[in-house]
Amino acid sequence: MTIATETPPRTRRWPIVGEPPYEGSRIPTRVPTILDVPEELRDSEDVFRVNFGPNHPSMHGVLRLIVDLDGEEVVGLQAVIGYLHTGFEKTMESKTYWKCVTYPERIDYVGYQNNELVFVLAVEKLLGIEVPEKATWMRMLLCELNRIHSHLVYLGTSALELGAISMFWYCFREREQILDLFELVTGQRMHTRYFQVGGLAEDIPPGFFPECRRFVEWMPKALDDYLALLDRNQIWLERTKGIGVLAAQDAIALGQTGPNLRASGVDWDLRRDQPYLAYDQVDFKVPVYPDGDVYARYRVRMDEMAESTRIVRQCLDRLERMEGRPWIADDRKVVLPPREELHTSMESLIHHFKIVTEGFRVPEGEVYVAIESPRGESGCYLVSDGGPRPWRVHFRSPSFVALEATATCARGALVADLIAIVGSLDSVMGDTDR
Amino acid sequence: MTRWEQMPGFVAVREAFGETTVTIEAERIRDACLYARDELGFDVCVDVVATDYLGWGSSGVSGYIGTPDGRDINAPMTQGLQALPAPKPKRFSVSYHLLALRPGAPRVRLQCWVDEGERVPSVVSVWPTCDWHEREQFDLMGIVFEGHPNLTRLLMPDDWEGHPLRKDYPLGGEPVRFSDAE
Repeated sequence: MTIATETPPRTRRWPIVGEPPYEGSRIPTRVPTILDVPEELRDSEDVFRVNFGPNHPSMHGVLRLIVDLDGEEVVGLQAVIGYLHTGFEKTMESKTYWKCVTYPERIDYVGYQNNELVFVLAVEKLLGIEVPEKATWMRMLLCELNRIHSHLVYLGTSALELGAISMFWYCFREREQILDLFELVTGQRMHTRYFQVGGLAEDIPPGFFPECRRFVEWMPKALDDYLALLDRNQIWLERTKGIGVLAAQDAIALGQTGPNLRASGVDWDLRRDQPYLAYDQVDFKVPVYPDGDVYARYRVRMDEMAESTRIVRQCLDRLERMEGRPWIADDRKVVLPPREELHTSMESLIHHFKIVTEGFRVPEGEVYVAIESPRGESGCYLVSDGGPRPWRVHFRSPSFVALEATATCARGALVADLIAIVGSLDSVMGDTDR
Repeated sequence: MTRWEQMPGFVAVREAFGETTVTIEAERIRDACLYARDELGFDVCVDVVATDYLGWGSSGVSGYIGTPDGRDINAPMTQGLQALPAPKPKRFSVSYHLLALRPGAPRVRLQCWVDEGERVPSVVSVWPTCDWHEREQFDLMGIVFEGHPNLTRLLMPDDWEGHPLRKDYPLGGEPVRFSDAE
């Protein structure tokens, strides 16, 4: 068997790169979020409309695509979302901040810790509370593990959809190890609710560090396995290279962030360019690929997993020296008192009761906090009227924005490539619909 | 130092929690966005979000409120003295969170205020990404964006009545559907 690393260019009806930019502007504005059937094909009997989803095995949840096909070629496309709208933002308005922490993780159920983090950071920004160093580093460690977890789910399912079934099992093997680590720390495999306003819910349990070290040692080998399975696989290369191209200026105009933006050649990562937590104290590279196709998106995520593993290792080095340090801020008006004090201290009992029943009050104001979640810029807009419940919470979800790019990516694609394109944008429908 | 005063339709600028909020006249929000994009270099509109302030400040808040600077435990007190949030000019605020892709990641929030029935010019022609953001805010908050190419419901079903994120829309307000009752 001969292994080729270059794919022959395919002929396409439309130019792959987006339309020319508007004059006098830095950004092209004619970037569609709906792909209309071209004029000359509108009355053609060859064009027929196919409904993908909302229940379709390759739709990563309940996404519905209305696709106009001319033979095998996609000539029109409209993404319909909202099938998983659960009204989280409305529900959170009637919960105390204390209870709200559980909701954001259920919004993006693959990148849950990052979503949890963005909400907690927003509340902390309004409160102006100091978070202990140990909590900051542990948050960073878990978020990076979560990033690896999310990319593994992306890689496994995307490869599965293109027929590489074994990739799915390999990815989920490593994913299982990460979930075991989460369970060890938090007691939950998913939706961990480990981040608390002010720090962490509990101290890092004994035995976590050696287990995590073992994973960090193992992960680079697993990544080599993935590369060996996919990156020299002719079918995978044929199915991904030059497919679903998103040019840099189109990606910016469509508000893309995260891996999708970096795969289009824009060197932008909030962890480096707008450091939060302690990302300015760790050493990592930001992978950027210029091609903007499905293959570039896959490569960005592969490289990110390697970089995340490096960050986790650096976090471990720091955290192992923080044994016995506080993991949550000592602010009794916001943070629950230590459990053992409840039996001896009246003050602690009152504080505990007040925080659990009424919740803590957050100063009036509005903030927008953004972090780099596995899917891109995850933001939380929070308005407080000074009471114990948020007045308005809004999540800026990267999946929602990624799906807006489906139409632009699918210009001139074949229907089989559509599956690869939607998979490569890596949206989570819970995050999209909220 | 950015001269926010030169923005079209400038009303006020406010710094709070390390974030800049520039209030813009609602009719001129599109011009302000164009100015922000082309003159100030805010390449990306990351988010459009509307907030309903119906009933804002109708019930005062008493008890301990943490403050970003210092822990003033005595003001306001639980006994009697209540704190009321600052009144808002109109019922709805529409905020545009802008980001510039350059070192330092400068961000700004453009904000305009509208009452029920007032319209906001659409900025889809400035940033295509605002298409779905505006549709979402129309769907959930009932803000009408003038000039939007396809202002239909995005998340809720097409035949839904009301805008769920408004404050006068009750929690659990949707009717329960039984298939045998139809």
